[in-house]
Amino acid sequence: MTCVSCHRVWRLALALLLLCVLGVALGTLVGSTGLESWMRAWQDDVAQQIVWDIRLPRSLGACAAGALLGLAGAVAQGLFRNPLADPYLLGSASGASLGVAVALALFGVNPFATEWLVRMGLTSAAFVGAVLAVMLTLLLARGVQHTLRLLLAGVIVGVVLGALASLVTLMRPDVLLGMQGFLLGSTSFIGWSACSVMWVVYVVALLIALGVSRVLDALTLGEATAHSLGLPLVAVRVVLIAVLAMSTGAAVAQTGLVAFVGLAAPHLVRSAVHTTYRGVVLLSSLMGGALLLAADLLARGLLAPQELPVGVLTAVLGGGYLLWLMYRGQGAGGVR
Amino acid sequence: MRKHCWMALMLCSWVVAAHAVVLRDDRQVEVNIAQPPQRIVSLLPSLTETVCALGQCQKLVGLDRYSNWPESLAKLPRVGGGIDPNIESVVALKPDLVLMATSARGAERLQALGLTVLALEPRTHADVQRVMRLVAQALDVSVQDSDRVWRHIDAAVNAAAQSIPAQAKGQRVYFEVSRTPYGASEASFIGETLQRLGMRNILSASMGPFPKLNPEFVVRAQPDLIMVGDSNFADMQARPGWPHMRAMREQRVCHFKPQDSDVLVRAGPRMAEAARLMAQCIANLPKERP
Repeated sequence: MTCVSCHRVWRLALALLLLCVLGVALGTLVGSTGLESWMRAWQDDVAQQIVWDIRLPRSLGACAAGALLGLAGAVAQGLFRNPLADPYLLGSASGASLGVAVALALFGVNPFATEWLVRMGLTSAAFVGAVLAVMLTLLLARGVQHTLRLLLAGVIVGVVLGALASLVTLMRPDVLLGMQGFLLGSTSFIGWSACSVMWVVYVVALLIALGVSRVLDALTLGEATAHSLGLPLVAVRVVLIAVLAMSTGAAVAQTGLVAFVGLAAPHLVRSAVHTTYRGVVLLSSLMGGALLLAADLLARGLLAPQELPVGVLTAVLGGGYLLWLMYRGQGAGGVR
Repeated sequence: MRKHCWMALMLCSWVVAAHAVVLRDDRQVEVNIAQPPQRIVSLLPSLTETVCALGQCQKLVGLDRYSNWPESLAKLPRVGGGIDPNIESVVALKPDLVLMATSARGAERLQALGLTVLALEPRTHADVQRVMRLVAQALDVSVQDSDRVWRHIDAAVNAAAQSIPAQAKGQRVYFEVSRTPYGASEASFIGETLQRLGMRNILSASMGPFPKLNPEFVVRAQPDLIMVGDSNFADMQARPGWPHMRAMREQRVCHFKPQDSDVLVRAGPRMAEAARLMAQCIANLPKERP
């Protein structure tokens, strides 16, 4: 890393961080009750609750979920050396949907299952589903040695579990609405506990990813080269996949399937700076956080007092910006 | 004087304590309602209708966007739908009771914010009575009153059944819920209404309440009568093989306006009106050709 790009990385990181802080601050102002809640937060209990217990954790949570997805996206793209890789690549999205579909279908079927599910919640069902799907992918790929085998296994697990989720939904059409909500992704149910879980997972995942980012750099030169450099490829891959599964699972469990953040964030970063994976991982997560936070603000603000599903907005925002970059940068500096 | 104060205080606390009820809702969660709720938010149309049927309409302060009956509620603020309730709007209304479906999202979040949530999911005729009793208990309406409302509804369903001429009974009906197609079987709320009207269903209870069908199944079952919402009826003629079905050829199809479809599919206190709508259509159909 030359120090020229060093400067640019830090500048961009600072700018994105500032954007996140600004977004969270703005997030306490925007909502269905508008500014009124904010003005009266010091006199009125309910207004205070709206600002401190609904808007603030929601904004911070949206930022954390976006950061987790951005981080997972950068790790996935580096790990598979594939610019189309996204956090849901190893089947975690379909696993989470299956978990939610099964939980919704079992709900109310027998009292024991219902009681158990109420205690566990849809969030845990989604997280368990996502992690199990990644483990299934690893099992099918017989380890982590072969990138291509891992990719294929991930695609297969994704398709099969997705189909099973559809089947469950089809058998019990009354869960259709609940599933729809999960598939669209939503930041509106994030409370303090969900928010803190995501931030803890994010900090742990970020530290690990930064620690092994050198291997991702080596991987860009090809697997054989990386191997010849004497790097512990297998061990690092396992660690990175664990990071990928954990951060995607945590984000998906709390917010549903938010589209495009994980794919777009690393591309947006690479179009702005050329740097090593250490920078890409850090910046992608910040970029993801800023992106999802912006989408969340728009989702709340555009049609207030109504709300849009945030997943729709991330796709439109991220996709639109990426498309613009692609056309603008047909030459140098564009999306690669 | 002091003695009087004490007595009044004790009497007050006794009155308050008298209401405190613990209800087990459809999530199997025990919900503690200390005082009769005065500000209710309902996130399910059939629960909104139940509250109003019990004469407690004036206590509703917020509704989901699908609740559209009775019309006097049109002015109440809307707080999203079952899958996307707007948490902030609900909290801002300061409700002391939130009624929602068990399949709706956000119940945990609302509870975490200190609201009382009663999650109920009426799916059968028996459920309508059970849910009505539960809501009555929660709202401090006497069981006698809620049972009287129920008996009124029950009698109206029977009256609708009696209004159907004897020769029209026993017809085999296909009730389409959505164009995918999903039908309503004997096990569904709609199926139960049909059964009480003396109709037979081409979909048996063993198929589950709302089975997903192969369109071929309906053609093969040759229903005497098809019931469907207006929006799905539009393309029925275009389905392969369907125009030749006897019910289609002889136009023995009941298609319902959207607002009537709402009445038909909601498992709530308007089930008598649903039965009436079906009975009216059955009575007005062209005579079956031998």
